[in-house]
Amino acid sequence: MLARSTSARRGGWSGFQRRYAPYIFISPFFILFLVFGLFPILFNAYLSFQQWQPGTGLGAMKFVGLRNYTDNLTDPTFWQSLKNTAVLAVLSGLPQHLIAIPVAFAVAGVLRRMQHLVTAVYFLPYITSIVAISVIFFTLFSWQYGVINAALSALHHLPLIGGLFPADRINWLGEKAYVQPAIALVVIWRYTGWNMLLYLSGLQAIPKELYEAAAVDGATGWQSFRFITLPLLRPIMFVAVTLSLIGGLQLFEEPFILTNGTGGAGQAGLTTIMYMYRTYTSYSDAGVAAAMSWLLFVVIGALTLLNNRLFGRSGLAGRD
Amino acid sequence: MRTMLSLTLALTASTLGMAAAQTKTITVSVFPDLDSVVKAALPGFKKLYPNINVKINSLAYADHHTALTTALSTGKGAGDVVAVDFGYIAKFAEGNGLVDLSKAPYNAGQYRPQFVAYTFPQATAPDGRMIAMPTDIGPGSMFYRSDMLKRAGVRATDLNRSWESYIAAGRKVVAANPGSFLIPDAGEAAQIILRTGLGAGEGLYFDRSGKVLVGPDNPRYVRAFTVAKQIRDAKLDARAGAAFSPDWTTAFQKGNLATEFSGAWLVGHMQNWLAKDYSGKWAAQNLPGNTYASWGGSFYAIPQQSQNKAEAWALIKYLTTNPAQQVLAFKTTGAFPALRAAAGDPIFNEGVPYLGGQKARIQWRQAALKIQPLDVNRLDPVAEQIVNDALNTVLDGSKDIRTALTEAQLLITRRAR
Repeated sequence: MLARSTSARRGGWSGFQRRYAPYIFISPFFILFLVFGLFPILFNAYLSFQQWQPGTGLGAMKFVGLRNYTDNLTDPTFWQSLKNTAVLAVLSGLPQHLIAIPVAFAVAGVLRRMQHLVTAVYFLPYITSIVAISVIFFTLFSWQYGVINAALSALHHLPLIGGLFPADRINWLGEKAYVQPAIALVVIWRYTGWNMLLYLSGLQAIPKELYEAAAVDGATGWQSFRFITLPLLRPIMFVAVTLSLIGGLQLFEEPFILTNGTGGAGQAGLTTIMYMYRTYTSYSDAGVAAAMSWLLFVVIGALTLLNNRLFGRSGLAGRD
Repeated sequence: MRTMLSLTLALTASTLGMAAAQTKTITVSVFPDLDSVVKAALPGFKKLYPNINVKINSLAYADHHTALTTALSTGKGAGDVVAVDFGYIAKFAEGNGLVDLSKAPYNAGQYRPQFVAYTFPQATAPDGRMIAMPTDIGPGSMFYRSDMLKRAGVRATDLNRSWESYIAAGRKVVAANPGSFLIPDAGEAAQIILRTGLGAGEGLYFDRSGKVLVGPDNPRYVRAFTVAKQIRDAKLDARAGAAFSPDWTTAFQKGNLATEFSGAWLVGHMQNWLAKDYSGKWAAQNLPGNTYASWGGSFYAIPQQSQNKAEAWALIKYLTTNPAQQVLAFKTTGAFPALRAAAGDPIFNEGVPYLGGQKARIQWRQAALKIQPLDVNRLDPVAEQIVNDALNTVLDGSKDIRTALTEAQLLITRRAR
């Protein structure tokens, strides 16, 4: 009270400083957020009710009400892209966690000595540039010249077990049945390390005493994993699954690069974000693209809520 | 003394003022290799227009067109002269971002007879505005490996007589050259057939009135899809997808392709990096079935927002209508001139070293004159995507031709509003 009245009395520069310095210090974030975060979101919302071809000038926008939304909802390609996205999200999302949890458990326990090395190795794909990744996987997946097909054909020519492997080369990125698994494989390879890191940090937060107490009570390794680790990992699972869910539904880079932006055979690799990108860039239909992004937002929001219901409670809640 | 000083000052001021009034700097926004053409043109241009300074602003192909889209939507930041690739013409023809060159003071229509016929319709919007001047073209050609053909006892004319003979002779070529493919992708044949045999007032996908031409009852589409499917089913193609895809590139580099359809400009890529080791083995022939098509082409336009339109037009006129400059451009990058007079230069009668000295440029020059003009529609990019998807579902066997074309027709009609 006293301080305030003195500063008010002082006025001038010093008072101004006292009063506004905190706001000035945090302003860079808010200014950047307003310009690059909030404004684009609001503009996008506005755009979703307009008909507009980028390149015709901002003045050419025309209000069309909900038409962009109904257009999308009646567009079979939009629904197909949603289906593709869902399949890819599950196909690439589930294995990430099924691999990451045991690996993190092993790293935290048995491999503790080499923890940093193993973590770094698993994390490497996550920080590798997508361009380098595409070069590597094209070399692996190529129909005529790919390493995978060369390996399969070598295995096919082995005596005895040769019959287990296909005689013909598989067109991984050119045949409808293989496009989605191929894309999912790249996504799994890229993000498993990231999830492992999340789970590792979760594991390290579990108090050692619990394991010691369980060991004293005669619990086996499996039992302590099942009854201590898994329940206590639940909060971190929630975070990891939420991130995978959002990432999976916004899948773009991997399918875009692996299918050269075409969506691949039978359009099986066309995700919703890719279709939105195509609607904006090659169809020049900014309003429809904006509406599509909001529809996807609704889907992501609903699924995140559902996930919140499933995993959202903390590990020990409901157990006491 | 004082009057002297003020006089000098006045003089300096007036010279400066005059210079400022006369010398103008214009910006040219281009992408490679077109930037080297503009650069090469500047000394000659400077001689004619000493008062116009030219600044070149070059961005990578995709970035250039993205930046141009942004500049045109916001009305700020475009160059005075902008290069536009053929694939983007329809997109920029919409709205009024680019100046209509057919109106005074440009009156570009007067140059029409001097250019290869199909270029002007390419640059003309459906409402009749001419938004760009053509500078180079890509007359289509069938490139073939003469050594592979010889091994199979097939002549080049066997390949290009008709599409049926292309497939029949192609089978022999592939049989005689194990591990080889006739063509990178079966879809290419469909694309060429779609571009030939169009009726008057027809575009690729829409007619002049905006009616959708794609459908199971249009023989052009049925034929295009059928031939492509025959090539795929005969296992003649490398399923490499679009040009410049990784599989496409690898197939070229390994020398596994017997033929490829492309613009004359492909020779430049082949000799520089794509098929360096096969110099003298590739040769050129007209496309199969007496068809003629074009692969790309570049244009120059003036954005409405430019403050120096007169100077910009002077440069565009120099770049496109000056025969010596068009020949210089051809020598710089190998891009075929859109100006007919330029193609009369003796250099076009010389052999092409990479093609074993074949005088292919004469053939390309004649092919260019036979290419049909296509009406452009603003929804061409949408229709193109949908038709390509339909073609792929036919080629991979998941749909039959009738179903795929019926669905494509529906999807395009939905968008055409």
